[in-house]
Amino acid sequence: MTALLSVQGLTAGYGGMPIIEGVDLDVEENAVAVIIGPNGAGKSTLLKSIFALTKIAGGTIAMAGRDITGLATAALVPIGISAVPQNRNVFPNLTVAENLDIGTYAAPPRDRARTEANILALFPDLRAKLGQPAGELSGGQRQMVAIGRALMSEPRLLLLDEPTAGLSPAYLEKIFDLILDVRKTGVTILMVEQNARQALRIADRAHVLVNGRNFISGSGAELLANDNVRRSFLGGGEAA
Amino acid sequence: MIEFINYYLIPALTLGSIYALGAVGISMIFGILRFAHFAHGDLMTVGAYGVLTAVWFVPVHPLLLIPVGAALAIAAALAVDRFFYRPLRQLATIYTVISSFGVALIFRSLAQLLWSSDNQVLVKGVTPPLVLFGTFRIAALHAEAIALTLVIAVALHLFLTRSKTGRSMRAVSDEPELAAVAGIDTEKVIRWTWVIAAALAAIAGVFAGMDTTVHPNLGWNLQLAMFAAAILGGIGKPMGAIAGGFIIGLAEELSTYNWVGDNPLISPSYKTAVGFLIMVALLIFRPQGLFRGRLL
Repeated sequence: MTALLSVQGLTAGYGGMPIIEGVDLDVEENAVAVIIGPNGAGKSTLLKSIFALTKIAGGTIAMAGRDITGLATAALVPIGISAVPQNRNVFPNLTVAENLDIGTYAAPPRDRARTEANILALFPDLRAKLGQPAGELSGGQRQMVAIGRALMSEPRLLLLDEPTAGLSPAYLEKIFDLILDVRKTGVTILMVEQNARQALRIADRAHVLVNGRNFISGSGAELLANDNVRRSFLGGGEAA
Repeated sequence: MIEFINYYLIPALTLGSIYALGAVGISMIFGILRFAHFAHGDLMTVGAYGVLTAVWFVPVHPLLLIPVGAALAIAAALAVDRFFYRPLRQLATIYTVISSFGVALIFRSLAQLLWSSDNQVLVKGVTPPLVLFGTFRIAALHAEAIALTLVIAVALHLFLTRSKTGRSMRAVSDEPELAAVAGIDTEKVIRWTWVIAAALAAIAGVFAGMDTTVHPNLGWNLQLAMFAAAILGGIGKPMGAIAGGFIIGLAEELSTYNWVGDNPLISPSYKTAVGFLIMVALLIFRPQGLFRGRLL
């Protein structure tokens, strides 16, 4: 397998002190990769840096072998990267259908009707809500709209920033299942997660970030079995 | 009753149309660029002078020459955005607000320099009013202004809900950062906002100029009422601003009707204060605007 996304020696922040320093990260094609770590470790900053929403001070980001460091956010959607931010991830005054439509503007899908049908098959809950403003939906439904919007451009790589933040436990499981369903359609997924234990269970590859630097990487199962990781980031307890 | 419709209601709806077309631009600029554009009234003035100049060369009905005035206002707005507002885009919006005051002064001074500070007329002579059913006497301009504004409101609604550009504008207005993440070209959306806002301001300016005269303070004098209309409609909601424009126009004109006894309720010379009063009351009691929920 080859790396679809390759981040090397990335140093970035929001002006002033860098928040992540010299971070390396490879995401294999069609994998679910997870970034975990304590609060303030720079997980979201790493994701935002890949999406050109921070100031990059050093290092490179490559997508399918092409250097994309320094490309503007809007230029990333057409080359196959879609992102779902953690907060404010839907357009609240636009209807669900309009939210999905926005996803096609920067990179029109080959067959729009089929893409939309596939997405509604993944998220059948949204079918009855198409005409409703996205701001009126529940948190879990909004997350579905947000992921659906990101998938409308038929990305190769989907970046998710804490997709389960603030969701009820029932919805949390549902979103993780949905992420695996999305992967089955051939999309590579890189996500930041606060619910580390559940995230590691579905992860092909996981990276622990501490203080803005790589701490440890491995398969999800390896990290779940790793005593050090369990003690420090999974709240102790038995290996899952 | 007939007198009320002929001399109060129709002129009120005309004034409302002018406010509506100006307010919708203010509201859209606020929604997308996040600043109060205090040179908006002066864009109306620029549009009116564009048509005035065109009338000198091509003596046809001024409304037919609106494209010339709109083109001039659009060019002025895009130039001002490029050289004054865009360099300030990353700073706090108060810099852009102050800058727009400066731009307003530039527009007004240029108008005095190029076209003098005299009152100038767009249509010479007296146009007889339209007489409907032998009772309603309506100035042709008033009928045209009200009808055109309603057509524009419908067209704008369709544009914002159906077209890709319109939906992109609403998306940027809703969540600018998410719009960028979704790959929407924000600068293109901003350019479209100026094109639409300036064109509508020019049309409002021509209506105002035809209703009275064209002079350098034409738009500036109407601006506070337009802001009141935009706030009334819930700033950032274009359809709310149009409704707000009509409400302010009606409130100002109808406050001079002799509702009680034979004298006007409020002396006509104070009628513009009605708009301010509404704005002050709204800012204190209902700063989110009059309308609940979604109004685009």
